[in-house]
Amino acid sequence: MIDLNNVISDQIRTDIPKFNPGDRIRVHVRVIEGEKERIQPFEGDVISIRGTGLNKTFTVRKISSGVGVERIFPFNSPKIAKVELIKEGSVRRAKLYYLRKLSGKAAKIKSKNP
Amino acid sequence: MSGIIGKKLGMTSIFGNDGEIIPVTVIEAGPCTVVDIKTTEKDGYQALQLGFGNVKEKKVNKPLAGHFKKNNLSPSRVLKEFKNFNVSEFKIGDEIKCSIFSEGDIIKVKGKSKGKGFQGVVKRHGFGGIGMTTHGQSDRVRAPGSIGASSYPSRVFKGQRMAGRMGYDNVTIRGLKVVKVDPERNLIFVKGAVPGAINSIVELIKN
Repeated sequence: MIDLNNVISDQIRTDIPKFNPGDRIRVHVRVIEGEKERIQPFEGDVISIRGTGLNKTFTVRKISSGVGVERIFPFNSPKIAKVELIKEGSVRRAKLYYLRKLSGKAAKIKSKNP
Repeated sequence: MSGIIGKKLGMTSIFGNDGEIIPVTVIEAGPCTVVDIKTTEKDGYQALQLGFGNVKEKKVNKPLAGHFKKNNLSPSRVLKEFKNFNVSEFKIGDEIKCSIFSEGDIIKVKGKSKGKGFQGVVKRHGFGGIGMTTHGQSDRVRAPGSIGASSYPSRVFKGQRMAGRMGYDNVTIRGLKVVKVDPERNLIFVKGAVPGAINSIVELIKN
């Protein structure tokens, strides 16, 4: 019998660097506008990583002109051109949903290597 | 105008060209052997009899073993007839592979639905049951109610829906789209769900 995980293994990306919840990353997203394709960066803190295999996703939260914005990316999506790790954060939870209730200095994640 | 026999391997998802996630069922389709050809002159209709999967020779009963031996074929586990082939193009012993399908084809898939065992009317026919457990009916919540014991009809109508065996029916899903074909591993990726449990046999038919 054929294992389904092997069937879709060619869709799993290995070029994305390892990052953890609490890290600040910059996701370069491919955006198609009409005929043209351009890259749009989305920079923020990783607040959640969930799932395995092809269903793995991560959530990035940033504050854009005073409003909290979150985007969920499929880990293996071909729409992601590149992921840059900017800063490693020091956190004690796997899911940082508590940041949604905080603002200002309280919502800042401590750096892992100060 | 063609079809093939396959085995359902299960569901997963793949990324489309625009990066969208497509839910797919993976089917191991073929290779199938042409075991017999039915013709209008001999049988009154046109069809190809296809065989799928290998089985040990001693597992096949004598009449069926003779059917395969007649054309020097190794016995196959499943035999199914497909009416929508152009029969004159094929001869006995030909192999039919999943490459007869291509990306974007609209197909229909036949299978046997999952067996649910003996089920009551609420699950099997969608009856509402009795909405309350007061007024002295603590044990009647999922009961069917009266089946005809009034002065009229004073009998049970034919076809009255009752509890019984549910599932394991022949089910055909039409209008499914082929998302991807992998001829190397004999796999077909169909968008959406197809009937049956994992490892069950399905028929894929292209109109």
